[in-house]
Amino acid sequence: MKSRVYLSLVPALVAAASFAQAAQEPPAEVLAAESARIAVMAKAKNAVLAIFDAAGQGGGSGVVITADGYALSNFHVAQPCGNAMKCGMADGRVYDAVVVGLDPTGDVALVKVLGRNDFPHAELADSDQLRVGDPVFAMGNPFLLATDFQPTVTSGMISGTHRYQFPDGTLLEYTDCLQTDASINPGNSGGPLFDSQGRVVGINGRCSFDKRGRVSVDVGYAISINQIKHFLGYLHSGRIVDHATLGARVVGDDQGRVLVSDLLETSDAFRRGLRADDEIISFGGRPISTPNGFKNVLGIFPKGWRVPLTYRRDGKRVDCIVRLAGLHGTEQLIEKTLGRPVQPGPKPGDLPRGRTPPKPRNEPPKAPMPDEVKKVFQEKHGFANYFFNKQEQQRILKLWKPPGGEKTAHGPWTIGSKLASGAATRFRITDADVVLEAPAENSKWTATNNFSESLVPIGSNGLLPALFLWRKLAVEGLDAFTDSQYLGTVPLPQQEGLFDVLVGSFRGVDAWFYFDAHGQMVAMEMYGEEHSDPCEIYFSRYRDAKGHDLPGRMEVHAGDAVFNIFNLDQFDFEKAGK
Amino acid sequence: MMKQFPLHFVAMLLVIGLDRAAAADRGLSNIIDQSQAKMVKIYGAGGFRGMEGYQSGFIVSPEGHILTALSYVLDTDRVTITLNDGRRFDAKFLGGDPRLEVAVLKIDAAQLPHFDLEKAVALSAGARVLALSNLFNVAMGDEPASVQNGTVSVVTRLEGRRGVFETPYHGPIYVLDVTTNNPGAAGGALINHRGELAGILGKELRNSLNNTWLNYAVPIDQVRQSVEEIKAGKFTSQAELPPEKMPAHPMDPTLLGIVLIPDVLERTPAYVDQVRPGTAASRAALQPDDLVLLVGNHLTQSCKSLRKEMEMIDRADAVKVTILRGQELLEITLQAGPDDK
Repeated sequence: MKSRVYLSLVPALVAAASFAQAAQEPPAEVLAAESARIAVMAKAKNAVLAIFDAAGQGGGSGVVITADGYALSNFHVAQPCGNAMKCGMADGRVYDAVVVGLDPTGDVALVKVLGRNDFPHAELADSDQLRVGDPVFAMGNPFLLATDFQPTVTSGMISGTHRYQFPDGTLLEYTDCLQTDASINPGNSGGPLFDSQGRVVGINGRCSFDKRGRVSVDVGYAISINQIKHFLGYLHSGRIVDHATLGARVVGDDQGRVLVSDLLETSDAFRRGLRADDEIISFGGRPISTPNGFKNVLGIFPKGWRVPLTYRRDGKRVDCIVRLAGLHGTEQLIEKTLGRPVQPGPKPGDLPRGRTPPKPRNEPPKAPMPDEVKKVFQEKHGFANYFFNKQEQQRILKLWKPPGGEKTAHGPWTIGSKLASGAATRFRITDADVVLEAPAENSKWTATNNFSESLVPIGSNGLLPALFLWRKLAVEGLDAFTDSQYLGTVPLPQQEGLFDVLVGSFRGVDAWFYFDAHGQMVAMEMYGEEHSDPCEIYFSRYRDAKGHDLPGRMEVHAGDAVFNIFNLDQFDFEKAGK
Repeated sequence: MMKQFPLHFVAMLLVIGLDRAAAADRGLSNIIDQSQAKMVKIYGAGGFRGMEGYQSGFIVSPEGHILTALSYVLDTDRVTITLNDGRRFDAKFLGGDPRLEVAVLKIDAAQLPHFDLEKAVALSAGARVLALSNLFNVAMGDEPASVQNGTVSVVTRLEGRRGVFETPYHGPIYVLDVTTNNPGAAGGALINHRGELAGILGKELRNSLNNTWLNYAVPIDQVRQSVEEIKAGKFTSQAELPPEKMPAHPMDPTLLGIVLIPDVLERTPAYVDQVRPGTAASRAALQPDDLVLLVGNHLTQSCKSLRKEMEMIDRADAVKVTILRGQELLEITLQAGPDDK
């Protein structure tokens, strides 16, 4: 008797709510909105992935964002899978996939699904346009229900934007994330949160659970897609990418101000003039009123990016652009990726909050790597998949039409220029030295085993060794550097968009080469000494000379100062000498 | 041509649907913005495991009266309030109603955006609602409260427990279909899609019948009188008072011609055993073995609760009941005739 009641009550109650309306036909606009929603979801589901490890066990979710198969998921989903995984799609097929880039701090993984160039893929939204109350829906594979890979849909609204979630035990820090009441359960991890038009606004990855067990309490968090867009170039590099620190700690006070409590004297913020007790007014283009707000901004930018900072001291406002340092040391980050410190869920597919650490990535995979995956995977220390780094290096250098040109101008370069004053100067760059002839004073720099010993001319932070490396890249290529890599995409002050950066290390210095979408080098930086400002060179006014791009202007900065501006008007590239 | 027309028409409807949906969303976002401005974050005692040192509340007067849940969080001399704009205040505890488990705090401020308790609305099952709270203390400073979207599943009486203790309040509640009663959510606001206040989110409770977590809000009309009395400084707890006034001539199932099955269990389900001919029940074609689920919008989980719900209705009034017959849900209205006995 009793059991009969309990069993029958539940569906009866659910039905009771809609009972009253059952008799009448809904208005046409309601039906139209419903059809529209169904159409959006029917399309959206085609890009959703059910991710399993190579042995077909466990997993999580993901979403394809390009026709050639690049897809986003969580780090804590991809990491336990190792380097290769299986992805089920709504078409019922299973595809092989390979890891491309990992962001262990931000809990993001970029993978590439293999086998097609026409994958259904989802468009990315501008998640900063979201408002609380906007309808959203999540798709994925909660509780690994979908044996036919048809994703589960849960719908809800945006409950909060720009949320900050502390790292807590096994949970990763989520900064500037989206909060939703759409059900996010174990297995939803890595799956997309869509807006009402079926565009990706975030990657679901974390929930507040507390005392009710590991099921949704309608408080889920998604990494905002705008944060991921900042990291996407870095992730394409095949690297294990790092988040950033300003090198400063902040506290909130009673009046809703955010103050610097202490900062590293080696940080770029210190060099830009920031000091303890200064009030942070805005950071990364956003007004700052809480420590959470500050941490949110820090969390959305990769290591190495330069972002605007405004602070106030004694009523005076200072605007500057600061360069963000890495949150981790290189080896520390690799350790983090291997899962040695506290890390998310042990059972693949679980959300973070496991009790036992996951298996290290270097443990032999349960299933052998398929041949198709082997072709696009290359192991290298510090990289998730070096194959993709090599690919990006080649892509950029193929587009670049360097002055002089590779293999044709191994001899000395002579470049004439005029300063703003009209005074003529001349650079002469060879394999052994660089000379700058100027009306006031000549400078000469000779290549030694440690370039940081002589960063001449004084006040430039090393213009002459920087030009030496510029020529080296042009005539010898990136492989001639001791160590080199594609870093990802980075912004430049006062310039729109992001730029591809190649990094070459040589004899104690690092050079960053910035390229635009057409393969023109728009800037380079040379870091002569640790914890000091680089020499920055901005190239512009390019002209085409017999297939080579020659810059007409070279602006040299050191720290906050402009060292000089050179209007380049004469180029002479000699062939390799005798 | 004939073929094309309906296609165009469908496409047009889709576009209109999307446009209207988008416009409605923006409207809802604005209502949420305005409502969030009335929410506060409350910090007090607690802070160790399972005892969060924070909860939610909302402003109910321009001069800084705040309605919240009566809990251990307030059990300290120093309760701080953070307004939605980030301003922080020390709060004074004006009083609490232990039966309703609500409390009123006061901060020294003026011209605050607030909910007017006099303008609070009553909801019935099916109403679309928003729950605003600082659950899990996810927002700090001037970060706005969390918003969850849901529906009132049923209006019923609270049968909850906290740990092993029955809750003191057994009055009407709105049961919600979304997990609103999370840590820190107590004292949050339940509003409708027009931004009108309807209820206050209660503390975390389990259903004493089936041990599941409850998601509910207490209707504002239940707490309004206590709040006014606390504000006026003349509050007396209603713990001893009867929960609600009964009509002078209460309804009884037998007056409608319903004979329920023998009430032999603690909670005997409200199955109909017999229908007497010539009565309201027979006129409405009620049948033996029908299970009465709701009287009005109130859940009837037993013969006892069915009788209790009917006692709240005057025998001269019509009674709306929802029944389960086989797999079918039916709603019927019973009206006792003047000659029925």
